[in-house]
Amino acid sequence: MSDEKQQVSRRQFLNYTLTGVGGFMAAGLLISPIRMAIDPVLKESSAGDMANVGLSVDDITEEPQRIDWTIDQVDGWYESEVNRAAWVYRNENDEIVAFSPVCKHLGCVVSWEGSDQHPNEYFCPCHDGRYYKDGTNVPGTPPLAPLDEYVQEVRDGMLFLGEPKPRGEA
Amino acid sequence: MLQKIYDWIDDRIDITPIWRDIADHEVPEHVNPAHHFSAFVYCFGGLTFFVVVIQILSGMFLTMYYVPDIENAWKSVYYLQTEVAHGQIVRGMHHWGASVVIVMLLLHTLRVFFQGAYKKPRELNWMVGVLIFFVMLGLGFTGYLLPWDNKAYFATQVGLEIAEQVPFIGQELKTLLAGDATIVGAQTLTRFFAIHVFFLPGALFALLAIHFVLIRRQGISGPL
Repeated sequence: MSDEKQQVSRRQFLNYTLTGVGGFMAAGLLISPIRMAIDPVLKESSAGDMANVGLSVDDITEEPQRIDWTIDQVDGWYESEVNRAAWVYRNENDEIVAFSPVCKHLGCVVSWEGSDQHPNEYFCPCHDGRYYKDGTNVPGTPPLAPLDEYVQEVRDGMLFLGEPKPRGEA
Repeated sequence: MLQKIYDWIDDRIDITPIWRDIADHEVPEHVNPAHHFSAFVYCFGGLTFFVVVIQILSGMFLTMYYVPDIENAWKSVYYLQTEVAHGQIVRGMHHWGASVVIVMLLLHTLRVFFQGAYKKPRELNWMVGVLIFFVMLGLGFTGYLLPWDNKAYFATQVGLEIAEQVPFIGQELKTLLAGDATIVGAQTLTRFFAIHVFFLPGALFALLAIHFVLIRRQGISGPL
């Protein structure tokens, strides 16, 4: 018993070998399907293009106005035009602000002065969510964050909007 | 760790005898390639099943991108082939695997035939095997249409006209397959898709189960 080492029995050796070979084959078989399945997660999004929304900066007032435009959307093999909307106004510092109308509570669509009881606020009809004129959510109403702001740019006096981003990131 | 999980389950529901029944069985000397190399011919059945497993797996993943609709079928396949990482490989597995299945199945059939392994008491298993062969051909036929390209379309046109040659019920059979008496179109594609991914695989699993249960009950036929 002096040369007692950690002996691997024949059975163990066979088990390890078969598990190893089997695992290798299974991995080889599954790697491509799995890579294909997770492709949407790893794909870089093509979003970020700015679209001319057809609004001259001269027409932007201190009163938020709703603008609608369409963008070309490529969804896999399907290309289509989809509608976008924004509430645009000029704030007290004379800066242009464009809010996404998507409520930060559960994604309904908000309107400026959408409720007679709440003047000078954005109003969401689904659960009475409210936001002040600067997009900040009214405390005590369902939304927990201010309205998203569109990435914006002015070219030749026209307003161009990109993707909506949470406040502070636009 | 794994051992502990296994023991925990085994403790409660006693699974060891179950998988012993499935996995632990004698391999007679005459079918063991380690003893007689020529015994590799006994592998063809198992290889057919292995390729079938590949077909099932790759097919499941392909349906993540495929659309069975005449407007989008070709576009979705093209997108999968050109834009999705490894999409080409997975479709390649399914495309080439389809041919390999038929080849393996044929080799397996030839082995059983020339060794006379189909003789009493194994006639039933031979019949089940023949049914599996037909199901496989059906899978090949219906899958061929799905990319909705020219080759697929005209091959199906021809296949449907072959079906039409069946005496007495030919016309009805063709309509049943194509979903329309004259058009090979929208209804044909959805039908073939349904047959390809639900009906025939269902039949295949049932038949394979019978095939395997029978071979375990009857054992492998003796040496020549």
